[in-house]
Amino acid sequence: MGLYVIRRLLLAIPTLLIISLIVFTILDLAPGDPTSQLPLTIPAEIRDQIRDSLGFNDPFFVRWWNWNKLMVINEPIHAFESVTNTCFGDCESRERIISWSSRSPAMDTVYQRLPQTLWVLGLGLVFGVLIAVPIGTLQAYKQYSWFDNVGTVITLLGFSVPVFVIGPLFIYLFSVKLGWLPTYYTTTHDVQWTSWSSIWFQIKQLLMPVGVLTLFNAATFGRFARASVLENLNQSYVRTARSKGVRERSVMTTHVLRNSLIPVITLLALSIPGIFGGAIITENIFRVNGLGQLLLVSIGQNDIPMVQSLVFIFAALTVLFNIVADVLYGFLDPRIRYD
Amino acid sequence: MTNTMPVDLDRLWGRGIHHMKARRMFAAAAALALVAGACGGDDDTAEPPADATDDGGGDTGGDDGGDTGDDGGDTGGDDGGDDGGDDGGDDGGDDGGDTGGDSTAGQGGNLVMLQWQAPSQANSLLSNGTKDLLAGSLVLEPFAEFTPDGEVVPALATEIPTQSNGGISDDLTTITWHLRDDVLWSDGTPFTAADAVFTYEYCKNDETGCSVEVFADVTSVVADDDYTVTITFDAPKPYPFAPFVGYTSPVIQAAQFADCVGAAAKSCSDQNFKPVGTGPYVVTDLRPEDTVSYAMNENYRGIADGKPFFGTIEIKGGGDAEASARSVLEVGEADYAWNLQVAPEIIAPMVDAGNGTVKSAFASSVEHINLNQTDPYAEPPSEGTPHPLFVDNPDLHRALSIAINRDELVAVGYGPTGAPTCNMWPVGAENSTNNDWCLTQDVDGANALLDGLGYMDTDGDGVREAPGFGPLEFDFVTSTNAVRQSNQELIKSHWEQIGVKANMKNEDASLFFDGTCAADACIWKFFSPIEMFTNSSTGPDGSSYLNGWTTEKIPTSATGWGGDNIPRLNSAEYDALDAQLSETALDDPSRADLIIQMNDILSTTATIPLIHRANPSAFANDIENVGELNGWDSEYWNIEDWTRAG
Repeated sequence: MGLYVIRRLLLAIPTLLIISLIVFTILDLAPGDPTSQLPLTIPAEIRDQIRDSLGFNDPFFVRWWNWNKLMVINEPIHAFESVTNTCFGDCESRERIISWSSRSPAMDTVYQRLPQTLWVLGLGLVFGVLIAVPIGTLQAYKQYSWFDNVGTVITLLGFSVPVFVIGPLFIYLFSVKLGWLPTYYTTTHDVQWTSWSSIWFQIKQLLMPVGVLTLFNAATFGRFARASVLENLNQSYVRTARSKGVRERSVMTTHVLRNSLIPVITLLALSIPGIFGGAIITENIFRVNGLGQLLLVSIGQNDIPMVQSLVFIFAALTVLFNIVADVLYGFLDPRIRYD
Repeated sequence: MTNTMPVDLDRLWGRGIHHMKARRMFAAAAALALVAGACGGDDDTAEPPADATDDGGGDTGGDDGGDTGDDGGDTGGDDGGDDGGDDGGDDGGDDGGDTGGDSTAGQGGNLVMLQWQAPSQANSLLSNGTKDLLAGSLVLEPFAEFTPDGEVVPALATEIPTQSNGGISDDLTTITWHLRDDVLWSDGTPFTAADAVFTYEYCKNDETGCSVEVFADVTSVVADDDYTVTITFDAPKPYPFAPFVGYTSPVIQAAQFADCVGAAAKSCSDQNFKPVGTGPYVVTDLRPEDTVSYAMNENYRGIADGKPFFGTIEIKGGGDAEASARSVLEVGEADYAWNLQVAPEIIAPMVDAGNGTVKSAFASSVEHINLNQTDPYAEPPSEGTPHPLFVDNPDLHRALSIAINRDELVAVGYGPTGAPTCNMWPVGAENSTNNDWCLTQDVDGANALLDGLGYMDTDGDGVREAPGFGPLEFDFVTSTNAVRQSNQELIKSHWEQIGVKANMKNEDASLFFDGTCAADACIWKFFSPIEMFTNSSTGPDGSSYLNGWTTEKIPTSATGWGGDNIPRLNSAEYDALDAQLSETALDDPSRADLIIQMNDILSTTATIPLIHRANPSAFANDIENVGELNGWDSEYWNIEDWTRAG
């Protein structure tokens, strides 16, 4: 197992390099220039000087390599330093990826956006799964009953009605008509766990975005859990257990559910990078200025360093959690061995 | 991104889970789905941003065309203090709500302002557009600012220099400002003329990357003593109120930015986020493209008078104009919302909810059509070769203009935030009345004019042909934006009635208004016969604005397509009037007349003015003492006067 993990991690390195090359190439081909915001009166030579000082005139592969160095070496070192409050070498002057629009380190903005994105998307995923698994299981157990049919209709609805329809509907109902909930998320709100009003404030501003995402996730995972349980119910080991007189409750919990959850957990692991990627549409509708909104704004402003950073982080997390999912699978399913 | 999952996982799973192959396939499928989700998400939302840039960009970009970047206002805010780098935190902390001494300043609590395009930093001199200038205007102040009427009033200066008080030299090349000696920076140190000199040097170094252009024709800024500054221009400047006037060119603190000049500017994010200022507020926290938090500047000179009223301010970004409008007008959860370029039928019911009002500032923004005076299909395109039809052809211009029903354009796209106009400079007493014939649609008149020119529909296809040119069929380009496309459609139908065919095209705002002119679609290259966008001045000075259409300001490939004369107006008469105007002092009564004459030439040859546009913003009912909305300066120019009722 250990060997397998190491092999996968080593394989991830060329994968990431290729991803970074693709991300860098595509964005490099996009129109955009660090001097495009400057007034037209600035002469071309000065523009060129500025481009030079930003390394913008270097050959493509030099720029790609430099960018990789910043992204993969300098930024992680900086992150480690600021978390542990240490300093290696010339930590003060270490070069970092600078956003064109804010002229500040791009990753600082990314870290700033993490809390709200994790709150909203994380809770949406957790609640979604917590609701989906019991309902999906029950649906499968009572296949074609009224409960199953109603559940199927609801999950299909949650699955197929897009966020940009439910979102404004929620806002219209809960904010405009009832006046209960805020239509925007206050990112500067620092939750004080000792203060009820502070917690209540956080709950209120989370309710709508988390609600919408929960609905969607519950629908996805619900259908998935149902299908998985259904398949297991027809397996011969279930028949064997029943014929041995095992109580129905035990058949479901210790045999069927355990086996059925394996794919659900895998899917969950693969959904985690998505949490960090942010939900572009949901974040924009509910004005949660998280990573998804940052990506969108950065694209709109041609802030290429920021877009590159975000896309690369997202790609790296996807690769990483693919490995995690595979490894988890080995742990959960005794039939799978990697040696 | 989490929104996409493979739909048919059930089926995938159906076949033996225990098979590594299936499992791998599933993992790959899920991973693909995630990535696809990422991309899909972008796709879905690709439109809103385009719109966003458009609305904002329409204005901003449009203006860029001319001068700086933004719409109406250009002057500097008056406010702003702030503590810089180190002290910032402390100051901010205390400020919370309490005020110094017996003053009532800062006791008004928190003010929530929505700026859907959120600030990316607060140093006005490096701004990426109005959004950053506004954020900086709470903190940084210029010598003088513009009132909503376009008048210049002192901020850091003690009086406005004129020729009669000796502030402006007789040859109109220098202006001397006397500054207040009682102003402290938010870190407690005194503000002096040296800070202004530093600000000039900071921006004069091109590598700093200042986005203000007002220093371009300044040859020196000298501190005569601690509180006197003399600015020298490279040529006579009858209207010298540009450097250090308005929110685009405030003064920054020399002590804070000393190490941020030139190439070093790029590592100064702390300074740019929390500039030390002299205005009523200091930045306590700036999150790029998200939220800016301010606290009262404890060293602000107005504190003894109980100003500012609000102790803290939060500028909150994100979403779009419609969502911001809803927050203030319908939900009542915010106090102010900026730049509400929203279709009239959407905003009207929101106003009816009764929580707030919409104020509009009419400055100099004019949505107009440019008729390319050069031939876009000649070689090289749009350079040198005069357009075969549009040059010296007043009847064709007039026919195209009066065929348009401007009232209809306003009703469909602008509502109360637009008014029909026939002038490129529809400002105050300088608004010409000579072209008012264009206000009434006259299809028959237009047809008669074209008949008179001999442009007849000879082949019966509904499109007239001009002898030697062929059918009157033109590409008509504008930026991608719902309002623009609906207006484009209307104009196309109006022109159809006079036998002129317009082929509608639209370009993404980020390319159309891109100042580097990287794409052929940019407004400066103008590789099409007709384009439409908004232009506006950076200040209430008509002379420097109209100077943009002189022959020497024609963009060419040789100048890297820099230059404001986008329609390529080439009129000796216009150039002569411009030369005369540039020597006419500000108090000369013939000044307004010259401006009107220039406007009349411009508006009846190379451009077809359509709509005088306003910047609408929403205010909650309980916000008072805002006065008129300022279209020439920061909308927050008088924020120290704002109060909340009750």
